[in-house]
Amino acid sequence: MSLVLPGEQVPAQHVNLKLGPGLLQLSTGNGQPVVISTRAGEVMRTAKGNRWWIEGNSRRYVPAPQESVIGVVISRSGENWRVDIGSAHMASLDGLAFEGATKRNRPNLKVGSLLYARVSLAHKDMEPELECFDAQTRKAEGFGELKGGFLVQCSLKMCRLLLDPTHFLFPLLGARFPLETAVGINGRVWIKCNEPKQTIAVVRCIEAVDPDGGGMDEPAVKKFLGTLDV
Amino acid sequence: MPRPPSPSIPEKEFVYGALKQSLRIDGRAMLEMRTPTLTFGPELGWVECSLGKTRVLAQVDGKMVKPPPERPLEGLISIHSELSSMAANEFEPGRASDQEVTITRMLDKVLRRSDAVDKESLCVLAGQRVWHIRLTLHVLADAGNMLDCACLAGIVALKHFRRPEVEVVGDEITVHHPSERAPVPLSLHHTPYCLTFAFFPDSHAGTPPVLDPAHLEETLAAGLLSVALNAQRELCVVQKAGGVPLPPATVMDIVDVAVQRARELDALVERALREDWAGRDVEVR
Repeated sequence: MSLVLPGEQVPAQHVNLKLGPGLLQLSTGNGQPVVISTRAGEVMRTAKGNRWWIEGNSRRYVPAPQESVIGVVISRSGENWRVDIGSAHMASLDGLAFEGATKRNRPNLKVGSLLYARVSLAHKDMEPELECFDAQTRKAEGFGELKGGFLVQCSLKMCRLLLDPTHFLFPLLGARFPLETAVGINGRVWIKCNEPKQTIAVVRCIEAVDPDGGGMDEPAVKKFLGTLDV
Repeated sequence: MPRPPSPSIPEKEFVYGALKQSLRIDGRAMLEMRTPTLTFGPELGWVECSLGKTRVLAQVDGKMVKPPPERPLEGLISIHSELSSMAANEFEPGRASDQEVTITRMLDKVLRRSDAVDKESLCVLAGQRVWHIRLTLHVLADAGNMLDCACLAGIVALKHFRRPEVEVVGDEITVHHPSERAPVPLSLHHTPYCLTFAFFPDSHAGTPPVLDPAHLEETLAAGLLSVALNAQRELCVVQKAGGVPLPPATVMDIVDVAVQRARELDALVERALREDWAGRDVEVR
């Protein structure tokens, strides 16, 4: 559709309007609310026209609730852990926010551990809060500590592409060798393979396909993989 | 952010494990350097050097001043470098971290104290007027090994710079504008290049050193050895501040590798300067 800069007015109109990332509703002086964009990017909307959002790219993560992120444990403050998720503030994770954790039975995290967690609370001036289980079922559902493997940083758009089930990269790599991965929407991807050179191949492919680093397409990635020794 | 968090445990273990198998994260060989890219600006003495994603901008400026009384026959060279937040999140202007101090001191040793520039040729009128050459370095992005990139940018800028021609008749000094007479290059004794090697824990047990460390390798290194030399096998600076102890044989091997790389760098720099000079239009009426 159209490219907008932050602060431009967006003509979003619908009976059941839902505003996604990058859009904000402000009330003007004469009472009529207007919708303006807060990020630079392309204005997108669903076919029905009830959900609008801005699709752009950046590397700095702004936390929003219900998003899955990968964090690194920085320190411990009492019962809580302080976790770095790449945002402006460090996030705080309750020591009991894990599946089946009680006061006597807590997971043994160390400074420097990698975690896959969900952002439960995020406001722009407060520290974000994380939890390591699904809110409804109170079960782990894949959240928790990530052991072994390697972490790679990429742009936010790349993470969203990797989470898209129709993207080509992971099926292409998975067909060659088994791999386990966790994608955080904060620009971090955790990869675990059997051999270090396979992990390094995945890291280099992710960096090559990243829109920031060139944006390789599928045939080019196939050729690139052929030059690596996997 | 004042200080970046140290790498996570999986990253540390993976990098050490991969290095034991001589594998680097960006796919380079252990002693392979990123190919430097030199971009020259419209002015003479303006060059941007990039080693992969690490970028440093160097600019050389010259003006005539009165020399200090204790050294009336030599010109002055000053190097100004500051790491701003543009390089990476953790640098703040005004607060010099350890890394910044190391870089400033190494630049001073490699470019100034090694007598790369012939200071006596910068003298115009003894005791009255000498050239003051000012080299300014800006680090634009830090993806590991800012030191090598900065030294390379600095020395290439000094080679690229041309100062206006000066005519001295008795006590009268006439500075000719570049459009009247072709500007003159600085007289350099030699061209030093700096090469940094990173060492990791248990290097004696089989983790070989790495040339031109990337950001993660630099953070996880147990010791850094920087060798500055020129293409004529003359050592200018050897710097090793703390870190893992090294046997003399390892240091000699490192110096041999550095000599080869310095020769390659020299050929690359000469070619880049020649191409740029051929494309430039310096009119002399």
